[in-house]
Amino acid sequence: MHGALAIARFALLEARRSPLPWLAGAALAAALALAAFVSQVAIAEGTKVQASVTAALLRAAAVFLVATHVVASIAREANDRVLDFVLASALSRPAWYLGKLAGFAVAGAILAVAFAAPLLLWAAPGAVAAWALSLALECMLVGAAALFFATALAQPAAALGATAGLYLLGRSIGAIQAIASGPIAPQGVGGRAAEWAVEALALLLPRLDAVSRSAWLLYDPPSAAEFGAAGAVLVAYTALLAAAGLFDLARRSL
Amino acid sequence: MRSEQRAIGAVPRWIAVGLVLAFAAQFAVHLSFAPSRTAAADLPPAPAAGALRAASFGEPEAVARLAMLWLQAFDSSAENRLPYRELDYDRLIGWLGAIQRTDPKSAYPLFAASRIYAEVPDAEKARAAIEFVYREYLEAPRERWPALAHAALLAKHRLGNLALALRYARALRAIADEPGIPLWAAQMEAFVLEDMNELEAAKVMLGGLLAAGRISDPAERRFLEARIAELENRMRAEKQGVLRRDSSSR
Repeated sequence: MHGALAIARFALLEARRSPLPWLAGAALAAALALAAFVSQVAIAEGTKVQASVTAALLRAAAVFLVATHVVASIAREANDRVLDFVLASALSRPAWYLGKLAGFAVAGAILAVAFAAPLLLWAAPGAVAAWALSLALECMLVGAAALFFATALAQPAAALGATAGLYLLGRSIGAIQAIASGPIAPQGVGGRAAEWAVEALALLLPRLDAVSRSAWLLYDPPSAAEFGAAGAVLVAYTALLAAAGLFDLARRSL
Repeated sequence: MRSEQRAIGAVPRWIAVGLVLAFAAQFAVHLSFAPSRTAAADLPPAPAAGALRAASFGEPEAVARLAMLWLQAFDSSAENRLPYRELDYDRLIGWLGAIQRTDPKSAYPLFAASRIYAEVPDAEKARAAIEFVYREYLEAPRERWPALAHAALLAKHRLGNLALALRYARALRAIADEPGIPLWAAQMEAFVLEDMNELEAAKVMLGGLLAAGRISDPAERRFLEARIAELENRMRAEKQGVLRRDSSSR
């Protein structure tokens, strides 16, 4: 336990000393500049345009920053043989893995809170709080995915690509399912096979279109049931990724 | 960080010159392009709402609004004497419908349809835009009535089509008992039949919308106030034109 906490603390320290805070600041500045621009060209719903565009951009930026930071951190440790050194001490593999995950999750949560703060300009505090908490959990999920792929795949580019693919599929799978089962979908055996294939794929993916929604900021904050469902999506999939990562690491001969 | 860098003088001269030339080439290439403006003919056919939702990657609210900002740039340049004259309204309405379905709670598509695209000096196009507003109103009357109320006034004052204005006014009766609906909107038929000019009607409507708390957004308020000022100027100019004609005929 103490070993895992020490690893988490070092992961957090590494995030603080990395370019991550500067990049987060640049993303915030870019989002606010974009909000100022769209407010000049919108003729209606100016506040909603600013809130939705800023939230969408900051959400994507938070996820991208967490994923690249995790992949870069694990790649650097692999190159420096840090993991071999750490595991040669009394620290167990699960302690290292879970410690890293906890450190990245806390860094993601700090990023989520910083990115939610400007949204208070346009949305109600309760809605912003729900969005921030959801984004913190989403960053934790992305951190878990990036950690899993970065430890399982040797190449950072492959790990980043796999993380991005999983994330983008998770965000669009709801719309893909709706298209596959909609009235314009092809009928017959081929159409049904495609629908089943999409349903099977959806089983393996988190429904990321149901979390950190801009609609919460624009219209009504989520109900307890809706927010609970979003939280369950994120926590359950993070647990799955963590379990898969621990399984893979336990089998690896280092 | 700085200690890892060598002095600029350490860079070979041909590399520094190459960098400056590359910048110059980039500027030259960029300036050789005409300023990018979206012409009416560039408006592509509208995608299916499902495709737009899929392309939003779970951010339909942001994508719907960005799509509206992009759409309103078509054929609206200041160089065009009659904005939206060249725009293909079938495609435009396809886009507005797809955007409305991407975020059904957004008021932007109907606001643009009734306040911009229906106010063109082309009766056929204006009619197509207000018919779109009417169809969309039927899907969610409680949220979309302000756009139809404006469409009713346009039908009367701009198209001179009282029957059409009354059809829209009667459709508004469906929400007469809903809370928060102002009296003038619930009794739109009487409002349409009243002997009011367009400016008076627009002022009553804006006041009513403000009183009903339907316009809280500063951008929307600015736009509507500018439209009323525009209408005032136009009517004043028309009145002066009539007076001049009268005095010269005498």
